[in-house]
Formats: sequence, C-alpha cells, structure tokens
Amino acid sequence: MRTPAFILTLSLVGAVLYFAFRHVGNDYLFFAGYTVLQYIVMATAWNILGGYCGYVNFGSAAFFAIGVYSSVCLHTIGERVDDLFPDFLLAPMHLIFPLPLPVLVVVAGAVAGLVGLGMGYLTLRLRGIFFAIATLALAVVLETFVANWSFVGGSRGAYVAPPTEVPFFGPYIQFLFVLMLVLVVAALTTARLIERSRLGVGFATIRDDELSAEASGVPTLRLKLIATVVSGALFGMAGAPFPYYIGYVEPSSAFNLSYSVNAIAMSMIGGTTTWAGPMIGALLLSTLQQVFTVTISSAVNLLITGLLLIAFVILAPKGIVGLWQSWTSKAKGPNS
Amino acid sequence: MTQPILHIDQLGKRFGGFVALDGVELSVPQGQRLGLIGPNGSGKSTLVNCICGTLQNESGSVTFDGKKVDGMPAHKRTRLGLARSFQLPRPFRSMTVAENIRVPLLYTVNARPGSHLAHAELDDRCMELLGLVTLQDKASKYTTDLTQVEMRKLELARAMAAEPKLLIADESMAGLSHSEVEDIVALLIRMNARGITIIMIEHIMSAVMTFSQRLVVLVNGKKIADGNPQDVIQDKDVVGAYLGT
Amino acid sequence: MTIEFDLLINAIIAGLMLGGFYAAVSAGISISFGMLNIVNIAHPGFIILGSYIAYIFNSSSGVDPIVIAIFALPAFYALGMVIYQVYYASFEKHGLDSLRGLAFFFGLLFVTEVSLNLVFGVDYRTVNVPYISSSISLGAMEFPVRMLVPCLVSLAMFAGLQLFMSRTFMGRAVMAVSQDPQALQLMAVDPIRIKRVAFSISMATASMAGALLIIIQPVIPSSGREYIGRIFAICVLGGLGSLPGTLIAALLLGVIESITSTFYGPSWAPAVSFGLLLLTLAVRPSGILGR
Repeated sequence: MRTPAFILTLSLVGAVLYFAFRHVGNDYLFFAGYTVLQYIVMATAWNILGGYCGYVNFGSAAFFAIGVYSSVCLHTIGERVDDLFPDFLLAPMHLIFPLPLPVLVVVAGAVAGLVGLGMGYLTLRLRGIFFAIATLALAVVLETFVANWSFVGGSRGAYVAPPTEVPFFGPYIQFLFVLMLVLVVAALTTARLIERSRLGVGFATIRDDELSAEASGVPTLRLKLIATVVSGALFGMAGAPFPYYIGYVEPSSAFNLSYSVNAIAMSMIGGTTTWAGPMIGALLLSTLQQVFTVTISSAVNLLITGLLLIAFVILAPKGIVGLWQSWTSKAKGPNS
Repeated sequence: MTQPILHIDQLGKRFGGFVALDGVELSVPQGQRLGLIGPNGSGKSTLVNCICGTLQNESGSVTFDGKKVDGMPAHKRTRLGLARSFQLPRPFRSMTVAENIRVPLLYTVNARPGSHLAHAELDDRCMELLGLVTLQDKASKYTTDLTQVEMRKLELARAMAAEPKLLIADESMAGLSHSEVEDIVALLIRMNARGITIIMIEHIMSAVMTFSQRLVVLVNGKKIADGNPQDVIQDKDVVGAYLGT
Repeated sequence: MTIEFDLLINAIIAGLMLGGFYAAVSAGISISFGMLNIVNIAHPGFIILGSYIAYIFNSSSGVDPIVIAIFALPAFYALGMVIYQVYYASFEKHGLDSLRGLAFFFGLLFVTEVSLNLVFGVDYRTVNVPYISSSISLGAMEFPVRMLVPCLVSLAMFAGLQLFMSRTFMGRAVMAVSQDPQALQLMAVDPIRIKRVAFSISMATASMAGALLIIIQPVIPSSGREYIGRIFAICVLGGLGSLPGTLIAALLLGVIESITSTFYGPSWAPAVSFGLLLLTLAVRPSGILGR
C-alpha cells in the first residue's frame, strides 16, 4: 500500500472511531481513548530507536515530560504576558498568546528533538548499554531541574486550565482526542516510511552488527542521531497536550517511570520489527490497564505490565507480531 | 610513478599495557597482490582494523589513495574505496543473504557521487555478486541458515559489493575445501586483473604463495619481512617465528 | 567563616561515610556488570528488597538489621542463582540481543518495586537500632553512628570481596572469566558455573547493602531508582571491573553529593550522580582505573 493510501486509511479509521464515540455520547470513551492513543504514539516513538536500531531508551519519560513542560511553560507565558513583557510588546504578544495547542505540539516536538540530538551526540558513540544508562541519567537530571524551576511550578506543580468548549468538537476532550488521532497517524506513517526506506535498512544493520554496518558504508552515528531525534520529537509531541488533558502537572508524575516501562513493554510485547507491533502492544496493554485500574487498582495493573514484559521477553521475544508470523508460516506448511 | 594506494607510516596501537602494533611501515602500490602472514596474535587483524577505521590508531598515520584517513570513521573509508571482510564473519542476522549484499550497495555504491543504482539494477547486482561466490541459490535464505563456509563467502561478497579500490580479505578461506580455496584465489586474481589492489591475510600457505606478488610477515606487532614471496619464506627469522622447519 | 569551615568538614566526613556505604551498594554491579557484562539494572530493586526484609524482621524481633542481612544472605544467593539460570537460558546462550536482556532486568526492577508497593504501601519505613540517633564527636567533627556503622560494615564487606577476588581460586576464576572465557574452558573450568557463582555473590551483596541502607535513611519502594544512577555512575567512574576503582569513585561521589547537599540543598543531590555519570561517559568512558 502506498503511503498516501495508508494515511487515508488510517484517517478514515480514526474518523469512524471518533464519530462512533460521539454517537455513544459518553465522554469517558474519549478520556480512555485519549490515553490509549497516547500510548500508541509513545510505543511507536520508542520503537524507532529501540526496536529498529537496538538502542534502548530507559528515559523515555524524560522526552514525554519535555513535551509536557514546554506546554506548561508556554501556557504560563501566555497567562503572564503582562508581567513578562515590556509595554511596547504587550499588544503583539497578546495577539500571539495563548498559543493554540497544535502550535504547542510542534514546539514541544522541536524542543524534545533538540534535546535528543544533544544527548545523542554525547552518548551515542558509546556502547548501547551506556546509552541506555545515560538515558536514565538524563531523565533524573531533567526531573531535578524541572522540580527546582519555579516558573513551571517546581515540585508543587502547575495548574493548567483548558477552555471548556471548542467550536465543532464541543467538549474539549473531543478536541484532544482528535489531536491525538492526528499524532497517531503521523507516528505510524513515520514509522512505516522509515521501515520501508533505505533508512530502515540502515537502522536494522545498526541493530544487527554496528561494526559490520560501518564497514559496509553505513554512517552509524548519523543514523542513530536521526533515530534519537525522531523518537524524542514524537515523545515530546505526545506530551504536549497532556497538561490540558489532566489539568495539573507535577514533576514526579510527568517523569514517572511507568511511562518508560509502558513504552518498552508495549513495543516488545507487540513486536519490535514492524510499525504495527507497538500499535498492537499499546492497544492491548493500554486497554487492559484501563480495565484493571477501574476494576482492581492501578498498582496491580503496573505489576501485570511488568510481569507481561518479563514473560514476553523470555518466551515470545518477537512479540505478538512474531507469534502471528510463525503461526501463519506453519499454517502454510513446511515448504513455505 | 603514481602514488601508492595505501601508505602506512609508523603505525602504533596499544590495548592498555599491551602493544599490538609497533611502528609498522607499509607502502602498497596500486594493483598489487599482497600477502600478509604471521602467527596468531601477531596483530594482523588489528592492523586491518586500524587501516579500515574499525579501530583508531594512536600513533603514526594511514594514507589511502592520497588522503590521510586518520580519525576518519570506517564508513567514510569504505566509501573512499577501502573494503574488508571480517575474520569472524559478521553478517546481518535479521536479513536474508541477498539483503545483506544490498547494504553496501545502498550505502556505499549509492552514496558515491555520480553512481546510483536504481531498484532493478540493485537486484541484478546482488545476484551477480552472489554468483561470483556461488551463493546465488541461497539468496533468500537467512544468514542463520548458512554454514560457516557459506558465511565466509558472504563476507567476501559483501566486501566486493562495495566496489573497492583496495580489498582486504581477512582469513576468508579458513575451512574451505581445496577446490573452494582454488576458486576463491582465482576469483581474487580476476578481481585484481580488473585493477583492484588486494591484501590477503591467510594461514593457508598454498593460497598465499599462489596469489601473492609480495609477502609481508608480521610478528608481535612488528614487520619482520617484506619482499618477494620465495625469498621471504626462506628468511630464517620468518622460518623461526612462524613457518617452522 | 569558622562556621562555614565546620560545615565543610562535616560535609566531607558525612560524604566519606556515605561513600563507604555506596561502595557496598556498588560492589554487586561492579561484579555483574564490570566483570560479567550482565547489565543487572534490577540490582537497586533487590537492595530495597533487602531493606524491607530487614525492616520486617527488625520490627517484629528487634534484631539488628545487619544480623538479619547475614541470615538472609543464603536466600539472596539462591535467588541470584535462579535469576542467572533464567538469564542464561533465555539470553546469554543465544549470544546476542542485549536489548532483551536489558528489558528483562528492567522488568524485574519494575516488578520488584511495584510488588513492594502493593505489600508495604508508600509510607517510609525505618528500623529500630539502639544507635540510630547517637553520634560520636571529635572536636568540631561529628560522626553520626547510624552512618558510621554502615560505612565500616560496608568497607569490611568490600575488603572481603577484594580478598576473595584476588586470593581464592573461585575469585581468580571470576576475574579470568571476565577477561577470557575460552582460556578458562581450556583449564577444564566451567565458565557458566563461575559466572553463576559470581552473579549470586553480587545478589548476596544486595542483602547486606539493603540492611545498611535502611539504617542510614528511611526507605520506600521507589528508593531504588535514586541508586540506579549512583551505582552505575560509580562503576563507570571507577572503571568497570576494578573493585579498587569502584571504592575510590564511591568515596568521591559521596563527598561531592554531601557537599552539594549541604551548600545547595538536598533537592539537587540526585542530579549530582547522574550528571557525573553523563560527564564521565562523555569525557572518559573507561573511568579512573578502567581497563
């Protein structure tokens, strides 16, 4: 399927979903759906660096949080224009601020991508394991800085009040839902494009054998940087609407380790070699988590996520996609 | 008299306290067939790694085709025309044999200004290269299904796919049968006839003697002999250190 | 001016004692990562497990946590053997894919933390020991006993490990397997068994480290996360595989953290170790005494 057709198909599915939810009339569907969609973006983002290139990012929560806090920052600027700018700038600044959410998303992506570039430049020349540990280190350093930054609320947190109604969509959550749908289409399309391109081949060689890749002419550092930037940017974009979704952000929840664990678990359970894997993993796991949170408790669903991750990593390393591939090739018979 | 295609000047490499290469000097004219021999651990693979950029040398310099390549990453050197096969084969395990060959085509050949293989041409070139090492029947097999010998041939084909000016074949014939060794030697000589300089690192003396126009011996990181193969194998230092009586 | 100086001296002393303790915490990773190349990122989680075991038995029987830890050592050793077996059978045997091994340990870390959360909740837990609030004074210098004792025990454990590594057959075999597993096989020693022993030893150190931790400070299930960065920072800074290097790096980190905490506030402390780690990785990845 060519890319424009792919985008169209995904968009149609998204539109059907949106209107179906709207027909049901219960806003809860949009709230829960937003979370599931967010995780699809995050798992896909993680997989571009982790699954395609083989470089594990334990600190994904940091890039998500960069998105969250860049929104908080810009929102706060928008609220305090009168305090922050000299008089002669007030008129134009009031025109610019408050920035619409799509703009915030783009800015968040840019900031997160830039941070990814910087961090990648520092650490990607080392072995994969050092990169993984460095990502954890980065997450903690960033969290400490944000917790000490009073402009965005520091450790006490910040309240972000979204508008209650938006034209056409009605309740604000529906607007957020559609925005996240757009991000899902963007993320899946990006992953699929990469997978099918020369870039995807290059990423796979890095995952398989980096020395051999270099000897074959693959510019490994450059490709790894690209992967880090794309991955980081997608995470940041997924985080940008979050303050408006949740209303109150503070560092320990924005930087929560469970975001990192979920991104990894969903990708590995779904299958890391293809764009569909993280999506399947996210759909399954996130839906399961929603069910468990409502029926049992949120701590238990984290436990189950962790156990599933361990189980899949040991027993089904190629994930659900891999299981499906081996079932279908067995069905075709030994001569396939 | 044109410049040598490879010039190594006082190359030094240490691993902690261990001196792997000690002041190695080597000048290779274009088009030569050079054999490099020496006992295990003498530094042959380290030398290859330093020439190709897999490792960076600490002292001395490497000049390839007139350019100083010290500090240059390996992929740039490959694109300049320096290719090598790995002593222990390093295939891309998630890919098929044909896909393995596509990598240097995509990233080396297609990365050079002026040369660009279109999609169909890529496939043709893959099969052509696989045919040279008689692996064409295994094109769609995964590398995990190959025998050791087939993996060595794949290693060689991947190096050749990069269309090098200088090819370093690092023990690519270990484990091959007598006729397979002859085939590979013949292949390398044919490539050489097309203008490619070749450095062959081997323990199989029959192949080395048939192939080499010049023989270099490395022992304990130092070059102890360099010259006509017939003379070198009779050199008493070489006999003492490596060949035995 | 005098007050500043007193503050500095005591910050350094506290830092040295903290560093001594950090050495115990890092010893396990120095072995499993530095020598066996197993990235056991779950180690901090097991340390916290050790803390909670010390807490349970201490709160019911009043026994000193260090004694509890000694009794818990065999259990942790056995746990280490089980985990290594699973790790080896699932990942190491197949050679590659460090991604999955990493994900495995990351999953273990997470499951450990969440399980402790479910069982104990998020309240801070401490232990009751007679010396918990006493302190030894030497002039202007203060030595809180609750830091001094863990530091001394930790150094003793560390010294014991170093002796083991350099003097016993098993210890030297572990050093050998980290450098050249094939040579070991030629000597008819099973490298797998050696690695399993080494990994189990590293797990056993978690038991003691956990007990020491809960003497020094109150513990909650997520306390392990602060230590991930510290431990890896120490091991990388000290040079992977070098126990003496780990000790020096641990003391250094302890002092830097203590000074930062005293003069700039404790909220910056986590950033110190991680920042140091990033710096080391960027500038000198082989560490101070690295191979």
